Amino acid sequence: MAEAKLAEKPVAAAGAEVLAVKDLQAWYGESHILHGINFNVKAGEVVTLLGRNGAGKTTTLKSIMGVINKRSGSIRFDNKEIIRATSDKIARLGIAFCPEERGIFASLDVRENLLLPPVVRPGGLPLDQIFTLFPNLKERLTSQGTKLSGGEQQMLAIARILRTGARFLMLDEPTEGLAPVIIQQIGHTIARLKSQGFTILLVEQNFRFASTVADRYYIVEHGKVIDGFANSELSANMDKLHTYLGV
Amino acid sequence: MQALYAQLLVGLINGSFYALLSLGLAVIFGMLNIINFAHGALYMMGAFVAYFLLNLGGINYWWALLIAPIVVGVFGMILERTMLQWLAGLDHLYGLLLTFGIALIVQGVFQNYFGSSGLPYSIPDQLKGGVNLGFMFLPIYRGWVVVFSLVVCLATWFLIEKTQLGAYLRAATENPTLVRAFGINVPRMITLTYGLGVGLAALAGVLSAPINQVRPLMGADLIIVVFAVVVIGGMGSIMGSIITGFALGVIEGLTKYFYPEASNTVVFVLMVVVLLVKPTGLTGRAA
Repeated sequence: MAEAKLAEKPVAAAGAEVLAVKDLQAWYGESHILHGINFNVKAGEVVTLLGRNGAGKTTTLKSIMGVINKRSGSIRFDNKEIIRATSDKIARLGIAFCPEERGIFASLDVRENLLLPPVVRPGGLPLDQIFTLFPNLKERLTSQGTKLSGGEQQMLAIARILRTGARFLMLDEPTEGLAPVIIQQIGHTIARLKSQGFTILLVEQNFRFASTVADRYYIVEHGKVIDGFANSELSANMDKLHTYLGV
Repeated sequence: MQALYAQLLVGLINGSFYALLSLGLAVIFGMLNIINFAHGALYMMGAFVAYFLLNLGGINYWWALLIAPIVVGVFGMILERTMLQWLAGLDHLYGLLLTFGIALIVQGVFQNYFGSSGLPYSIPDQLKGGVNLGFMFLPIYRGWVVVFSLVVCLATWFLIEKTQLGAYLRAATENPTLVRAFGINVPRMITLTYGLGVGLAALAGVLSAPINQVRPLMGADLIIVVFAVVVIGGMGSIMGSIITGFALGVIEGLTKYFYPEASNTVVFVLMVVVLLVKPTGLTGRAA
């Protein structure tokens, strides 16, 4: 069903560019964080931004989401310029964001957290499919959101944006601080979402994890994209990558 | 004994006003992070709107219960759009000073035209008279105020704690940036929240008009006690504001019976004790 929905949308036909970021600059107050980010994401891809701490990966996602007000350059999503749009408008275009700190609400129970993001367009995953992906959540619907374990909170944070009908997901370090078995589960989930036609922009520190799901990589350093390659070119770029990431 | 019951009833009525007002203050504080000192002036405006409706338009009490909160709510939303919204992210002090200034201006304008004495507003015909309960005589209007306030408070609680709209509100109180990034127009929600809180104050004003008359300073006298109620109850909880409001009204009433000299200060004594023992208030969450 999800695939059928995707096919209805000509702009998101497989391989078409859904996101194009050009010369993106962003500021937190007075400090200039992004100095000209350039990259693109095509429909159905999983693209990963790699880079050291403080390189500007999270800021890039937040700028696309419109959470950072002071930004310039160009961000085109589905051929619409969104650099001046507010974050609620951007969300309504079909971009969903899963923040690094997960953003589970303490004053809401799990069910309320799950149902919080409004449906922005048809074609979101129905609840039963979400519970197939994340069976733990179904058993904890009445628990307070923040009483869940870290892994469950991460799953809730991903699960709630799958309902909305957004086909473009931005996941900020979904594996941070989680046990290997849970990281594996999140990896399976991302693979499954990709096979259902979701387009995913991922930020990761965990390169090993990223290599199991990503189609392409961009390297971010000092607020710029300094390199990019496909997963197939990974082994050829291994040395460079070690230098970039300092691992 | 008659006197005790009578004071208890007075306490419940005051408690109704405390609850309606502190509820609005708590909701506004949660969403806007503003200590709304204009609340008392807006409560007074509610009573005046009812007075104008009746005397200029011949529109009765029942319509006033609906229209006054809407009129004052819209006035509040204009205040929020034109002034309060610019204070987002600033220290509480700015909001407090601005709303205090607004309260002084609004009260000053009304005092200029209507003086300080009360204007009469009569009890609607349907609620005139009283019933003898055996142990006491209950004026119907006063019973109505207590029951209706309780219903409105519980409905507000239900709206905030049990509905999807309330979930947006609670979530936006915690993390407005993320809620907005989910596609919800948070600034509009903030405006509506201020309208709701202020509307509750105006509703209390209409309810109080037949009991306390309509006076420009009616809110200024009340709001000081209401802030003490809010401090005692804590800002964190909706149900907490409701229960604390009614409970403190009753405590005040009981004090009037047992030790009248302390009736005006008992709430403040309690406030001091609570601040010393549990600074976040009885039901408040630590900030």
